[in-house]
Amino acid sequence: MRHIISILIENESGALSRVAGLFSARGYNIESLTVAPTEDPSLSRMTLVTSGNANVVDQITKQLNKLIDVVKLVDLVEASHIERELMMVKVKADEQSRNEIRSLADIFRGKIIDVTNKTYIIEITGTSEKLDAFVATLNPDHIVEVVRSGATGICRGDHGLHV
Amino acid sequence: MELSGAQILVQSLQDEGVEYIFGYPGGAVLHLYDALFQQEGVKHILVRHEQGATHAADGYARATGKPGVVLVTSGPGATNAVTGIATAYMDSIPMVVISGQVPSPVIGSDAFQEVDMVGITRPCVKHNFLVKDVTKLAETVKKAFYVATTGRPGPVVVDIPKDITDPKIKVPYKYPKKVVMRSYNPVTAVSKNQVKKAVELLLNAKKPMIYSGGGVVLGEASQELTAFSQLLGFPVTNTLMGLGAYPANDKQFVGMLGMHGTYEANMAMHESDVIIAIGARFDDRVTGKLDEFCPYAKIIHIDIDPASIAKTVKVDVPIVGEVKQVLALMIELIAEHKGKVNKKALEAWWLQISQWQAIDCLQYDRDSMLIKPQFVIEQLYEVTKGDAYVTSDVGQHQMWAAQYYRFSKPRRWINSGGLGTMGFGLPAAIGVKLAFPDAHVACVTGEASIQMCIQELSTALQYKTPIKIINLNNRYMGMVRQWQEFTYESRYSHSYMDTIPEFVQLAEAYGHVGMRVDQPDEVRPALEKAFAMTDRTVFLDVITDRTENVYPMIEAGKAHNDMKLRVATGTSTDRELA
Ligand SMILES: Cc1cc2nc3c(=O)[nH]c(=O)nc-3n(C[C@H](O)[C@H](O)[C@H](O)COP(=O)(O)OP(=O)(O)OC[C@H]3O[C@@H](n4cnc5c(N)ncnc54)[C@H](O)[C@@H]3O)c2cc1C
Ligand SMILES: Cc1ncc(C[n+]2csc(CCOP(=O)(O)OP(=O)(O)O)c2C)c(N)n1
Ligand SMILES: [Mg+2]
Repeated sequence: MRHIISILIENESGALSRVAGLFSARGYNIESLTVAPTEDPSLSRMTLVTSGNANVVDQITKQLNKLIDVVKLVDLVEASHIERELMMVKVKADEQSRNEIRSLADIFRGKIIDVTNKTYIIEITGTSEKLDAFVATLNPDHIVEVVRSGATGICRGDHGLHV
Repeated sequence: MELSGAQILVQSLQDEGVEYIFGYPGGAVLHLYDALFQQEGVKHILVRHEQGATHAADGYARATGKPGVVLVTSGPGATNAVTGIATAYMDSIPMVVISGQVPSPVIGSDAFQEVDMVGITRPCVKHNFLVKDVTKLAETVKKAFYVATTGRPGPVVVDIPKDITDPKIKVPYKYPKKVVMRSYNPVTAVSKNQVKKAVELLLNAKKPMIYSGGGVVLGEASQELTAFSQLLGFPVTNTLMGLGAYPANDKQFVGMLGMHGTYEANMAMHESDVIIAIGARFDDRVTGKLDEFCPYAKIIHIDIDPASIAKTVKVDVPIVGEVKQVLALMIELIAEHKGKVNKKALEAWWLQISQWQAIDCLQYDRDSMLIKPQFVIEQLYEVTKGDAYVTSDVGQHQMWAAQYYRFSKPRRWINSGGLGTMGFGLPAAIGVKLAFPDAHVACVTGEASIQMCIQELSTALQYKTPIKIINLNNRYMGMVRQWQEFTYESRYSHSYMDTIPEFVQLAEAYGHVGMRVDQPDEVRPALEKAFAMTDRTVFLDVITDRTENVYPMIEAGKAHNDMKLRVATGTSTDRELA
């Protein structure tokens, strides 16, 4: 099963490599990993998407908690949450395909953020699943490049992950 | 008080109460060595190889419970220390390793003797630090000791760029009394509910087993373990790391479990209906084949590290906490409880166990014309009255020491279990002897292992640490040869050396006493003579039966009830010397 682990971690140099190193050393898989400082510059928020059975994910969270730099973490899929990922896709947009691509982008609530006479860059946010779906609708021959941020997420309701 | 970084480091170590620092100098740590030179509080032990420094500090830590401290230079000094750091990591030993680093401005430029120590050690330390600001140095040292010694202990590396220790830059110094780290709170509160559940299970058990490990030694809970076990009257087995935490001569002790554990311990684990694991981590040398591990048992697991729980084996009652605290609470709850242990079932269980014990799985040929290694350990036990600190290397000799030296106190048995590091024994013995100058310290080793850190014989002379080295010389990497005999049709691929040094002369060259023993009846007198020389390091080169194997054995991938036992050999049927 897919899990989204959201981690509050000391914003120290090397903190990211501790997490990445843990995953490679113990053979856990990482689908995506994003990290950026929070409103408190001494803390970073990291979102890690992984998959595995209950035992594996139990070990993953325990091992992450064991890292000295990790302050707190939560597995977002355990409760109601919102997941978002940002994607930018550069597609070939010639005379014939322009309209079709624009309407596809509209359907997915994408924005065209750059235009040349040969290409569009489309920006879309949503769950990773939605982004996958959008990519799947595009003609592969039209795709120049795809850039994705990796998923981030936040839990719904009053509570939050903070110190 | 204004001090330079170098002085701050040394002063911090003093304020931390550090007695010994094991180290080796080099360019990146010269400022530190200069500061060490100008003080007397911390005694520096100059080893002959940085691996020796880490093992000596580790031996000191295992014997005392205090953190071992190491100082190495950047680059090769740092990499040489890695094996010892990993050794300490695998066995959860508290250690602080200070490594020099190239000056901050040139980090990342492939500078002379630069190596990314923080990166290299990351997977084998509890935590590590790169010091970037001299004003944070004292606090970082405090944190390093705090992290190394609390919770599940482990090694911590502090990497210090040379400019941080610059004698010209002085800053105010104050060693923090306490550190608070918001991201590190070793668990303290024990769930009483979980302990209650465990007590219910224990009191209803018919075939209970107490399986205790290194956590009892690390957590100073030997007394509690003994009281708990004797209150219940249950059989006790120890892991290799737990030996000594429960007195081996007590009638409730059924020996070590696992790959080279006793028949009775492993059979009892297999048949048990309730197992309480106390500070033990279900290592693969212990569990054997996982699918068939303790098929009938409900399992209670006490461990300070939540990640140790349910890592390889599912447990029914997890209890996160300090063993000492949990056991004390358990004893209290058992005493208060209306229920009592099932006496009748327990009697039947002990009867069953005594039948397994009757097989006498540790028997060996006592009438052999050759020196049997087991006999040497038994004699060592008698000569030292079971009260020595025994360090070991890795191999058959290690297993024999574990099986035949009946440890009755914690911290007396000092060996590398998790990493299995050959070369550990001699430097570790030096560390132990420094901590306990009046105690008997023996290093049980093999002719292959001892050569991995043999240079530390020189350190032993310089610091007058008279230890007794018992070299069970079978002219083989016996443990490797045994596996090759059992699983590779005796193709002894590179498990012996054509050239083995003359150890007696080698010991003498290093300034010690060397003695060769090749007859069974010389063993006892030689040991007595060696231990009588209280001010000399003695190297006993004991020529043993080279074909001897370690029994019993659970071969890789087999279950506890599928042990290979020694086939009774009768008298003096020593197999042909290969
Ligand atoms: C050649 C060779 C053969 C071996 N054969 C065997 C064998 O036959 N049998 C055997 O048992 N081992 C054997 N070993 C050793 C084996 O590899 C492991 O090192 C050992 O089994 C681990 O012991 P342990 O489970 O007690 O855990 P340790 O490594 O000692 O770990 C201690 C556990 O206790 C926990 N802990 C620490 N402090 C506390 C505290 N204060 N409170 C609560 N919990 C705490 C830790 O989190 C950890 O989970 C062999 C090793 C070698 C090299
Ligand atoms: C550093 C290191 N290298 C290799 C091994 C693998 N190994 C385990 S036991 C052993 C042989 C040890 O031989 P010796 O020291 O003579 O002990 P014996 O088994 O003969 O008692 C080897 C090579 C190891 N444990 N450590
Ligand atoms: Mg040997």
